[in-house]
Amino acid sequence: MYPAQFDYRRAGSVDEALSLLQENEDAKLMAGGHSLIPMMKLRLAQPPVVIDIGRLDELKGISEANGSVRVGSLTTHADIAASDVLAAHCPVLAEAAGHIGDAQVRNRGTIGGNIAHADPGSDIPPVLVLLGASVHLQSPSGTRSVAAGDFFQDLLMTDVGEDEILTHVEAPALGAGTGAAYLKFEHPASGYAVVGAAAAVTVQGGRCTGAGLVVGGVSATPTTVDVSSLVGTDLSDDAIAAAASGLDAEDPIGDIFASGDYRVHVGKVYGKRALAAARDRA
Amino acid sequence: MTVSIQLEVNGKPVQAAVEPRRLLVHFLREDLGLTGANIGCETSLCGACTVLVDGNAVKSCTMLAAQADGASVTTIEGLSQNGELHPLQEGFWEKHGLQCGYCTPGMILSANYLLAQNPSPNDEEIREGLKGNICRCTGYHNIVEAVKYAAERMS
Repeated sequence: MYPAQFDYRRAGSVDEALSLLQENEDAKLMAGGHSLIPMMKLRLAQPPVVIDIGRLDELKGISEANGSVRVGSLTTHADIAASDVLAAHCPVLAEAAGHIGDAQVRNRGTIGGNIAHADPGSDIPPVLVLLGASVHLQSPSGTRSVAAGDFFQDLLMTDVGEDEILTHVEAPALGAGTGAAYLKFEHPASGYAVVGAAAAVTVQGGRCTGAGLVVGGVSATPTTVDVSSLVGTDLSDDAIAAAASGLDAEDPIGDIFASGDYRVHVGKVYGKRALAAARDRA
Repeated sequence: MTVSIQLEVNGKPVQAAVEPRRLLVHFLREDLGLTGANIGCETSLCGACTVLVDGNAVKSCTMLAAQADGASVTTIEGLSQNGELHPLQEGFWEKHGLQCGYCTPGMILSANYLLAQNPSPNDEEIREGLKGNICRCTGYHNIVEAVKYAAERMS
């Protein structure tokens, strides 16, 4: 199964990649290729030019400073899953990356490619929305950042402009008293999330002072559930179940494996479990 | 257009000009005659095409040959040394870790990567490590036994 023919350019720097993007209409950036190559093999994407940015070391790596973690867009899922920095400051992101596909996929797939592809069954988007992460983009006219909640616009559609490169994501480090978890109901063949639930709770003096729940796989983009009813409670199982049952999707996605209604149902179940896991880690 | 690539395959230098759309698995099989990497699902799910690229297990059906420029690639053909089977190959033989054999090269290379990361995995870790490789014959039990056999031999 071959992709359609295309021209291949390899960028040696972000600036060169940006110029190549400007020079070549409809060109596609390729990081690890684990979203784009399958699309090209199925001829769902037929870019005339592929710009390989996979060797740009400036876009790789994980660091922490001033209470936030920064992950370069070309960092592989394997490196994110195994990161000591994330284990210390934002373990839920590492947890989600470790659930992606399988070892081979995690060795090539990158966080930037993953979120730029914006598959609704991806594990990373709900976690970034939960964390209130920002996605950083660079174009010839400068840099900008967009909140993860605004970044994912629709099925396979994001806020990345035609002349932009996704350089990194930044997320606040989890503070003391905060626990977070990502739980996934996985498609047994593809490894994609049928439903993936990312939850965080903050507990002080035995009482919940903050809670969040974002569910992926139910709608085209991550679905935020209002779990503010948990604030002030002791996070009992009943309170958590009631909060998670607030998951609602106006237009849930369905396919041959799981109908929209089923995804909403499973989303409530996994949302409840993710909140309970987050509580137990807080 | 073609892309000039230089890489190392099973320890030997290789130089070639490839079409940009040439997938690594096709390059290995058709240009180099290394047919150990099998083509199964073609959608990065089955793992039959798994090879090592710079020591990392990857699915060669989802990588362009052009992306492998400068890399060191190991296929199943590169595992045995001086006519001696690699402990993993021996393990699959001894523990009957295969029936039809189609998934075996990919299984062995994924297991090789797993053991490089974790030299003494338990059953669960082996199953998790081989999650990206599908076998439709064995039911996996003997594959796990084969990897454990190799882990003991290699320790």
